[in-house]
Amino acid sequence: MLHIKGLEAKIEDKEILRGLSLDVKPGEVHAIMGPNGSGKSTLASVLAGREDYEVTAGEVQFNGKDLLDMAPEIRSREGLFLAFQYPVEIPGVSNMNFLKAAVAEKRKHLGLEPLSAKEFLKLVSEKSKLVELDGQLANRAVNEGFSGGEKKRNEIFQMAMLEPTLGILDETDSGLDIDALRIVANGVNALRSPERSFVLITHYQRLLDYIVPDFVHVLYKGRIVKSGTKELALELEEKGYDWIKEEVDAHA
Amino acid sequence: MEETITNNQIIDIERSVLSMVNVHAKAQLDQMQWPTTRDEEWKYTRTGRITKESWMVSPIQSNAPWQSLQIENLDVYTIVIINGQFYSQASTLPTAAGITIDTIAPQERIATSFGHFFEALQAAYCTSHLRIVIADKVQMDRPIHLIHFNDGQKVLSQPTLTIEVGAFAKASFIESFGSNSTEQSFGNRKLNIHVGENAHVTFDKIQDLHDNDFLMNDDQVHIAKSAQFTINTLTIDGGWTRNQLHISLDGENIEASLNGCYLPRRNQLVDNHTKVDHRFAHCNSHELYKGLLNDRSTGVFNGKVHVHLDAQKTNAYQQNANILLSDEAQMNSKPELEIYADDVKCSHGSTTGQLDDEAMFYLQSRGLSPDNARRLLTTAFINDVLNHVENEAVRAHVIQRLEQEGLLYH
Ligand SMILES: Nc1ncnc2c1ncn2[C@@H]1O[C@H](COP(=O)(O)OP(=O)(O)OP(=O)(O)O)[C@@H](O)[C@H]1O
Ligand SMILES: [Mg+2]
Repeated sequence: MLHIKGLEAKIEDKEILRGLSLDVKPGEVHAIMGPNGSGKSTLASVLAGREDYEVTAGEVQFNGKDLLDMAPEIRSREGLFLAFQYPVEIPGVSNMNFLKAAVAEKRKHLGLEPLSAKEFLKLVSEKSKLVELDGQLANRAVNEGFSGGEKKRNEIFQMAMLEPTLGILDETDSGLDIDALRIVANGVNALRSPERSFVLITHYQRLLDYIVPDFVHVLYKGRIVKSGTKELALELEEKGYDWIKEEVDAHA
Repeated sequence: MEETITNNQIIDIERSVLSMVNVHAKAQLDQMQWPTTRDEEWKYTRTGRITKESWMVSPIQSNAPWQSLQIENLDVYTIVIINGQFYSQASTLPTAAGITIDTIAPQERIATSFGHFFEALQAAYCTSHLRIVIADKVQMDRPIHLIHFNDGQKVLSQPTLTIEVGAFAKASFIESFGSNSTEQSFGNRKLNIHVGENAHVTFDKIQDLHDNDFLMNDDQVHIAKSAQFTINTLTIDGGWTRNQLHISLDGENIEASLNGCYLPRRNQLVDNHTKVDHRFAHCNSHELYKGLLNDRSTGVFNGKVHVHLDAQKTNAYQQNANILLSDEAQMNSKPELEIYADDVKCSHGSTTGQLDDEAMFYLQSRGLSPDNARRLLTTAFINDVLNHVENEAVRAHVIQRLEQEGLLYH
């Protein structure tokens, strides 16, 4: 599904990803943890196609295709979804209009018939229930005046609408209260399927109690420096990152 | 029946030929020059392209396709003005008591002294002077649609419109400007509006010409106490467009709203010069102008707000925001506030920037093509202005035209 090999990326001459490799198979859930500034959001941005980053080495295959060769909108239509760490507010653009356009473009790309207005509304009501998103929010301008938690829920709502094959969630859990965390986690779990994979970027083991990962990785200085199963997250929760940093820095 | 007017040497059009030359205005015009970019008021707006053509006053073309400017699903009275001349046969005038529409003969027109060249030019060769008087307390049942259409070679059309709305009356106007796409025209239209006490007036201008056309609008508005007035200047298309709007608040408790949007592209120029005079206390003015500039186009906004000494408790808001869609597009924005009263609330802002990259990426990351993402964002931007157009059919018409031009996405 997702195959990243030796990925290097920089921004304004600052190297951030330095030879990152990761394999995600269909249906798997991978958690990526790591200290602040280690490059987690950068990885997510590079995968989603943000142009500010320059990829200097490595390759990324997504469902057998060269991901780095695709424009951001093509990546999305091909089934990649990034739930942003900081979703932007877009005043005046209604969530509904925007999603209607997004769903239409994706279906067209996949050679599917466009949804009728009625089918679209049905999809909206079904998917907004999934994340218990107030119908009012769906009708408002994209993220405008949404609380931090509402923005995150809106991201998961959009993900549910677009039904990606790979969901990358960048700290979707941060800023959520306990109830919202459970709602978001339930939403993600409901979307889990043998064909759909997730990459969860998080700082907190707590999320992983709700969405149980198959693998946990530690990203440090632009590389995956340690991988394990969900027990690794518990160990990190207990011991912090120092022991890993020391291990890595000793070999550097 | 055609006479030529050229740069600085305006050939005298004999009264016997057109019976329209105002000699007093003409005498003043002879002493004046076309404005140049050395004039502060014309710093960014060149008139050279107008002065180098020879313009002609042309008769009414009875087959001019003015109907293309009609607005769907809207019942209106229609006043058709072809090549600057009132075309009564095509017009549908209100018949109810209290509404008078007539033309003022050249000899009855009073020539005052003129502030600028275009005004003198307009008065000297006024092609038609139409007067609309709405008596006190009349509530108009439908808007009056003023349709200007230029059709002919190098047409010069210079109508004057005088609108007087009586006390406690209610009226709305739509004014559309159009032309034949294959020919050039120069419109220089003068508008005088008097809004009576407690009257309620809205005025939507839709400027929808072509790259070959030049349009000058000089709008003078006087508002009496406790009245409400809204004017929206919606510039959809046209090569060279200049709007000079002066609103004088001549009493207390007035609500005035002036809004505009412009979306120049190619080599187009749109210039909005506005002035709001707060002369009395307790008035509110709200001004919002937004521009979306593409290709090598130029935009000019100059917004003066003058709060006179006695205009205490004034509330004046002014905002001009612009998005440049191309590196070669240019915007010159200059808000000017002059405040002489001390107990007032005035705010103004002017911004010119690019489309928000973060928002663009966000939309693209959801699968929207860059074109659609851009149009969603620009539509949201322009909607702020269009939302001030109360009449839904007018708003729908403008949106539909902007979509047709590939400028917006709804
Ligand atoms: N636009 C930019 N310009 C310069 N440096 C940047 C830019 N974006 C990111 N960086 C730098 O790249 C490094 C990695 O940032 P990134 O956001 O990927 O970290 P992260 O692992 O997501 O951190 P956090 O856990 O705090 O979210 C940081 O040192 C950051 O300052
Ligand atoms: Mg981050």
